[in-house]
Amino acid sequence: MQIGIVGLGWPGASLTLSRGTSIFAPQSTPAHSILHLADFVLLITGAIFVVVFSLLAYAVVRFRRRANDDGKEPPQVYGSNPVEMAWTIVPVLIVVVLTLTTTRIIHEIQDAAKPPGAVEVQAIGHQFWWEFRYPKLGIVTANELHVPVSLPQNRTPTFLDLRSADVVHSFWVPRLAGKTELVPNKINTMWIEPERIGLFLGQCAKYCGTQHSLMLLRVYVQTPEDFDRWAREQQALPPADPMVAAGRRVFERNACINCHAVRGTVGNGRYGPDLTHLMSRDTLGSGVVTNTPRNLRAWIKAPGQFKPGVLMPAMNLDDQQLDQLVAYLATLK
Amino acid sequence: MEPSAEHISNAEGLALPVAAAPEKSVFEHLHEWVVTVDHKKLGLMYIVYGLLFLVVGGAEALLIRLQLAVPNNHLISPEAFNQLFTMHGTTMIFLAAMPLVFGFANYLVPLMIGARDLAFPRLNAFGFWLSAFGGLLLYFSLIGGEGLAGAGSAPSVGWFAYSPLTSRAFSVGHSTDYWTLGVLIGSFGSIATAINIIATILCLRCPGMTLMKMPLLPWLYLVVSGMVLLAVSPLTAAQIMLLLDRFLGSHFFDTQAGGSAVLWMHFFWIFGHPEVYILVIPAFAFASEIIPVFSRKAIFGYPIMVGATVAIGFISMSVWAHHMFAVGMTSTGNTFFAISTMLVGIPTGIKIFNWIGTMWGGKIRFATPMLFSIAFLAQFLIAGLTGIMLAAAPFNWQLTDSYFVIAHFHYVIVGAIVFMIFAAIYYWFPKATGRLLDERLGRWHFWLFLIGFHLTFDIMHIPGLLGMPRRIYTYEADRGWGMLNMLCTVGAVFQAAGLLILVFNIVRSLLKGQAAGNDPWDAWTLEWATSSPPPEYNFAETPVVKSRRPLWDLKHPTDPDWKYE
Repeated sequence: MQIGIVGLGWPGASLTLSRGTSIFAPQSTPAHSILHLADFVLLITGAIFVVVFSLLAYAVVRFRRRANDDGKEPPQVYGSNPVEMAWTIVPVLIVVVLTLTTTRIIHEIQDAAKPPGAVEVQAIGHQFWWEFRYPKLGIVTANELHVPVSLPQNRTPTFLDLRSADVVHSFWVPRLAGKTELVPNKINTMWIEPERIGLFLGQCAKYCGTQHSLMLLRVYVQTPEDFDRWAREQQALPPADPMVAAGRRVFERNACINCHAVRGTVGNGRYGPDLTHLMSRDTLGSGVVTNTPRNLRAWIKAPGQFKPGVLMPAMNLDDQQLDQLVAYLATLK
Repeated sequence: MEPSAEHISNAEGLALPVAAAPEKSVFEHLHEWVVTVDHKKLGLMYIVYGLLFLVVGGAEALLIRLQLAVPNNHLISPEAFNQLFTMHGTTMIFLAAMPLVFGFANYLVPLMIGARDLAFPRLNAFGFWLSAFGGLLLYFSLIGGEGLAGAGSAPSVGWFAYSPLTSRAFSVGHSTDYWTLGVLIGSFGSIATAINIIATILCLRCPGMTLMKMPLLPWLYLVVSGMVLLAVSPLTAAQIMLLLDRFLGSHFFDTQAGGSAVLWMHFFWIFGHPEVYILVIPAFAFASEIIPVFSRKAIFGYPIMVGATVAIGFISMSVWAHHMFAVGMTSTGNTFFAISTMLVGIPTGIKIFNWIGTMWGGKIRFATPMLFSIAFLAQFLIAGLTGIMLAAAPFNWQLTDSYFVIAHFHYVIVGAIVFMIFAAIYYWFPKATGRLLDERLGRWHFWLFLIGFHLTFDIMHIPGLLGMPRRIYTYEADRGWGMLNMLCTVGAVFQAAGLLILVFNIVRSLLKGQAAGNDPWDAWTLEWATSSPPPEYNFAETPVVKSRRPLWDLKHPTDPDWKYE
């Protein structure tokens, strides 16, 4: 699986960015539409700023009281109907233009038809991680969303329907699309249509509790072939390795299974991420730390050290159990 | 002639105890302030109360900025950070800005319309003490938030407290209840004050002062007070529903039992958006008094200024869901709220043009109130333009809940409202105390605050455009937000220094400021016709006016305003 690190592409912000999330570097159809609107709005507001600020600056400089002031009051002007009419009508015209453009882009994004090749994903927000389900493909995963790149000759945008298991969250990957919130008891939809492969970062944008800050989000855009391979691997059951039976017993006989699922075992909890293919993911704890056996062991021992406020408790396993458990989890490729 | 004064002069200090006897003790002074129903005393109490909480909320902001100055910072825990931004937002809106703008209304409206007090003085005192009690209740959560067991904790639900984060499942302990009760009680105080101001302006104007001969400040406060009635009432209703959810098992917002998270959002923002205008229209009011006096010209286009304000009042009641573009409304809903929001740009644009028109052809004096007013004009212009960006719903999907929106609304709240509150303090301090604030310190305050403001809030737009969401306590080093956040923090230090200079200036000028006289700015409205500070009854004789600038008419008997209005 090849994951490219995506550069920024916006000259103004080439400071230290290697994993850019600039809205000025869109890589997906809705993000492009938004940027077109943004450019237009910036142009108009920029022009208004230059004109009005110049008037203000001119008035301040030109009409300051001079050192040789005669002490008389200046001529009193109480208003002027033609002038005031002019600066009422011009803003009205500007507002008309802006609203027409805005309306068109709203329609373009929100009312887009779903093409036949679209990938469907359910994204479910949890405190403080993301659950992704692919109902047509029978895949359940967490925190790292895999989608195919959409080619002009064979469009495969991804349509997400967004739900929440607890409080309000917000799905935001700036280079792919604007935000859409995940609201309990409400199903929202949004779509992305990435045009190049790579890793796109984002995170929860609606304050959702203690660890809102580290509810990070990773979108892996892959070639259609890589995506299909990934999907097949996710659909398969993990191998039942007798070498790690002890670790599997630790998993099945402790509270792990109350929250976590591994297909083919008794664990079918949905409160925490599905672990069936845990080791196919690059990170732990919704993106806070790279997924290595060493970090995994430290995570299980005390998740709070990586992510204070995480809802997973420290499991109080002894060292032997930890070793066995990590050995088992490491086989869940 | 009072005997005590003779005693002092005769005994030449030897009979000090005798001379001091008729003097009021500290407790008598305190008692006088606690039981007062005088609009001027209550106005000053509101303002001092608001300034105190401005310092408290500012300290919270400084802590937030210190935590965010560098990536992966561990200075403040996530729990404490979430409490800090919740308390900062709630404090600044409900305990600093609202008391400050209503303090000025209390003090100025009766004086400017030639009345002796507000229509309902005792209701006025009641409103103040409710607001004060609400603030204390909110901060009491620091001691009592967890209930009797364990230490206290401040609320950490954010200042707009989205459900279901506020439900019992996600907010254990009592900190959220203190937040709810504090805001609820303070809101009752605001509603009482709004009723009072409306009644005062409609019923107690002095003879000759028709509505269209009233200075702009009372006019704008009339609109603001109407908006308070319409906007704050839904907030109080929502708070009561939340209390019912938390204590009596109702399910308005309890999503786990089928309640609606979106319902809270509608209730909150139908308050929350007009609230922005409730705070900024008083800033317009101060600007509409200060800019003419320091430009030496009558306000340009008075009728259209009144009309634009009323228009803002109406339009602002129909824009609330632009805070909810990302919530998943239909494209029709998003279009409606995008258009209604952009409409606000028309009357606000008219206002900016009319203020510039007022300065045009004048003789501008750059005293401290005018310096703050000019900065206000430039900053409010920028705030309005970023507001248009946010009104374009698809653009909003990128900008909302990012640091861009934080920068935008601080441009309104600090760049416009706080700047004009500072201008108003410098302008009316001499009337309230009889002493001028020091101009040299005032300029220091202005420049430090201006530099700090722009360092913090100009730059703060950028991390939002680079994908930084609001309300995060930390971020990774490789996101490219570090340097920008550091600069924002440096700016915050400048602003804090400016604010401290103001506090120092107030204390120093109270003790040994230059005497102001009745009319230090050569101004034109009625409050400058009485002594500084004004007597309890304001005016010995009820004034009679013929124009919007009665003191202009007095000072220029050959060229009075009423000939032209």
